[in-house]
Amino acid sequence: MRAPALQGVAIVNASRRGFLKAGVGLTLVVVAGGAAAQAGPGKAGRANAAAPFVPNAFVRIGTDGSVTVIAKHLEMGQGAYAGLATLVAEELDAAWPQVHVEGAPADASRYNNLFWGPAQGTGGSTAIANSFDQLRQAGAAARAMLVAAAANRWGVPAGQVSVAKGIVSHPPSGRRATFGELAAAAARLPVPREVKLKDPQDYVFIGRRAPRLDSGPKTNGRAIFTQDLRLPRMLTALVAHPPRFGARVRSFDAAKARAVAGVADVVAIPSGVAVVARDFWTAKTARDALGIEWDEAAAFRLGSAEIVAEYRRLAATPGARARRDGDPAAALAAAARRFEAEYEFPYLAHAAMEPMNCVVQLGPGGCEIWNGAQMQTGDQRAVAAALGLAPHQVKINMLFAGGSFGRRANPGADYVLEAAEIAKALAGGPHAGRPVKLVWTREDDMRAGWYRPLFVHRLEAGLDAHGDIVAWQHRLVGQSILAGTPFAGALVKDGIDVTSVEGASTLPYAIPNLGVELHSPKLPVPVQWWRSVGSTHTAYSTETFLDELASAAGRDPVELRRRLLDKHPRHKAVLELAAQRARWGTPLAPGEAGERRGRGVAVHESFNTFVAQVAEVTVRADGSLRVDRVVCALDCGLAINPDNIAAQVEGGIGYGLAAALHGAITLAAGIVEQSNFHDYRPLRIDEMPAVETHIVASAEPPTGVGEPATPVIAPAVANAVAAATGKRLRRLPFEGEALRA
Amino acid sequence: MTEFDLNGRRVRPDASPDMPLLWVLRDRLGLTGTKYGCGIALCGACTVLVDGQPARSCVTPLGAVAGSRVTTIEGLSAGQSDRVSRAVQDAWMRLDVVQCGYCQSGQILAAVALLRAKRRPTDAEIDGALAGNVCRCATYQRIRAAIKDAARVLG
Ligand code: FES
Ligand code: FES
Repeated sequence: MRAPALQGVAIVNASRRGFLKAGVGLTLVVVAGGAAAQAGPGKAGRANAAAPFVPNAFVRIGTDGSVTVIAKHLEMGQGAYAGLATLVAEELDAAWPQVHVEGAPADASRYNNLFWGPAQGTGGSTAIANSFDQLRQAGAAARAMLVAAAANRWGVPAGQVSVAKGIVSHPPSGRRATFGELAAAAARLPVPREVKLKDPQDYVFIGRRAPRLDSGPKTNGRAIFTQDLRLPRMLTALVAHPPRFGARVRSFDAAKARAVAGVADVVAIPSGVAVVARDFWTAKTARDALGIEWDEAAAFRLGSAEIVAEYRRLAATPGARARRDGDPAAALAAAARRFEAEYEFPYLAHAAMEPMNCVVQLGPGGCEIWNGAQMQTGDQRAVAAALGLAPHQVKINMLFAGGSFGRRANPGADYVLEAAEIAKALAGGPHAGRPVKLVWTREDDMRAGWYRPLFVHRLEAGLDAHGDIVAWQHRLVGQSILAGTPFAGALVKDGIDVTSVEGASTLPYAIPNLGVELHSPKLPVPVQWWRSVGSTHTAYSTETFLDELASAAGRDPVELRRRLLDKHPRHKAVLELAAQRARWGTPLAPGEAGERRGRGVAVHESFNTFVAQVAEVTVRADGSLRVDRVVCALDCGLAINPDNIAAQVEGGIGYGLAAALHGAITLAAGIVEQSNFHDYRPLRIDEMPAVETHIVASAEPPTGVGEPATPVIAPAVANAVAAATGKRLRRLPFEGEALRA
Repeated sequence: MTEFDLNGRRVRPDASPDMPLLWVLRDRLGLTGTKYGCGIALCGACTVLVDGQPARSCVTPLGAVAGSRVTTIEGLSAGQSDRVSRAVQDAWMRLDVVQCGYCQSGQILAAVALLRAKRRPTDAEIDGALAGNVCRCATYQRIRAAIKDAARVLG
């Protein structure tokens, strides 16, 4: 299979540009057209003159034979490092043990997300999808150069040279060489203008399990997260934030805080008061001793109940039109039977296991940042603006993130900016230039906002005399995530934020009269994308309402969906696979005395990945709920690493189930009521169902797997609960809903 | 000054006895494998073994471990005789349990303590022993499988 050079992209032999130390071997850079000329030290992305030069590259082959893949995407658990390395290793024919991964520095001219235009960042389940061609090209180019180097050395035609498992060989003569032996010679060769990519049937890595490259350091405690970074003379900062969104510091008394031994400084910053000390415990002790008076003149003081009441009122009025097929209002009026339902979804915190944190150091020529960087370009811009620098003077080192679920890609660079503000506030004093680690406590993290927005949905549907769905009217009310962000231009059209309605406006079912409308009220509660974004609520309301219609019409929920998905073969295929593997239609084993059991199904597409889940639940005599088993089928195009896909399905289901069962951030008079894991309950091991993953074989380009399993579990469980009890759950979380017989 | 045995070495960290062990380990002794997740004994990220028993180091004052044996993730698999921790860590690798990895030091220490006490734990026993260890990446299915795998290897 001959692949043309990527559009607008060139592969450059960085080792020939003379900016690598001798002995490093071959380094290939894949760059956007034109940018190659700018590659090199002193021009791009160097802030601290003392910092070692990090070559901007995707593939580096050392004279020791090591293959280093430079990952432009954050490893936050989703397996991006191994996945990206797989793409390179495949075309390079490397051996897996020689492959290493390094996080890329911030430099959008080379490491932009190809789906995001000129911005570097990780999100939207795009890491593999946007890198698929790019990294295979890089691997193939490196392989071709190693082959050419071997052919030159041995005086044989390149066509007779083969590569397998990290060894270059010439079978006719029996000659062999390692990558390391050829790296220096390969580095002196030109990059091929065109590379030949493998025929998929020759894949040795893609489609098989490649062990994670981070399992070792994450199993022996050596992996370095931001929280673990230790730099010479580093200080630790905690910040006292205002109790309500929109409040500010009026005045503060730092005398007691300063008196704590080990406190370096107490400084006011735009987001609160920062206590800077020798370590966490000292800073925490001192922060507890601060006396702060808040100016709450502009503070937000509504509670969740009031917000919901206002949203319900809005849901009864027409909104901006996101989709309209046929004439839903007329069809509803003419329907033989009508149904309506209202759904409530609370704010949700991401609650990544590692609370937000960030290390910043100001130096003469700029600023250096270390964190689990997920939105490098936005962070660079925001920090540069705050510090009066140019974005390229903000150097960002990407470390492992202890989870994120979207949180670390903050549209306002919130916690990164906070860390930079602290460093800036220290700049005039005796601690100027020292690295500062901002650490949020769990409570800080929980209460800082940037939640999945609260939503209210109102659905109406009409059935005709045969029980067919002839009308569907869906209204959504909730804050826009994208309004006011750099993504608004591309993704907010005619007042519709696509991430508010995705999954609802893209409903795949064949319903002749279908309307989707949106209200986007503005509130000062900061909101953000949360694993699977709009689908977190749209999958729930659409899939449970459809289920309700199926039972009203006396139809089997799988059968009804199949019939309505005729034009959507990929949805239909995952539905059929999940139903078959779950033995849909066969009786469930009965529970113990007093227990009621049920099976429920849901289907949803997000990020171009198609997912169906069948959940089996038990409702105990006391009304408590247990999810026993989930069968998940998905179509994510070509499966790069089936084991990692299964891991993301398991994790995605667990994350979605935590929210479905327990997750709610609520406000009372503007104050966030939750603070830690006792009142924002995560899923625990005894609540984890047995998850089975089945992947649809596909030759389509790979799509993401980090998010798409998450939104499907709540409706599948709710439909199973309805099957078991007849009760339809319309408010999330389920906790507190009475399921007693 | 509090003295205790840390991973087989006697230490006398420069810290007051009411400072939580978690922060002594991380900020004073430089052992960052033990993680901060909640600070109030709700998540298990900070789990260490004190005289072989799992303890939440975030709520364990330094003074409370005076004279005790403390094992952190860095101290596992150190000795040849430590078959259980080696089996657990190997199983964790074999099954690629980790995702983000942030909770895993705590999970592994809890698993080691369980397997030292019970060679063949049932699902219910695993759930009971690890219910205090939160994993936001929800790697629970593989944690269960890895504990059983390690138990099988240990025979
Ligand atoms: S940090 Fe100690 S239990 Fe969470
Ligand atoms: S692996 Fe991420 S929290 Fe457990």
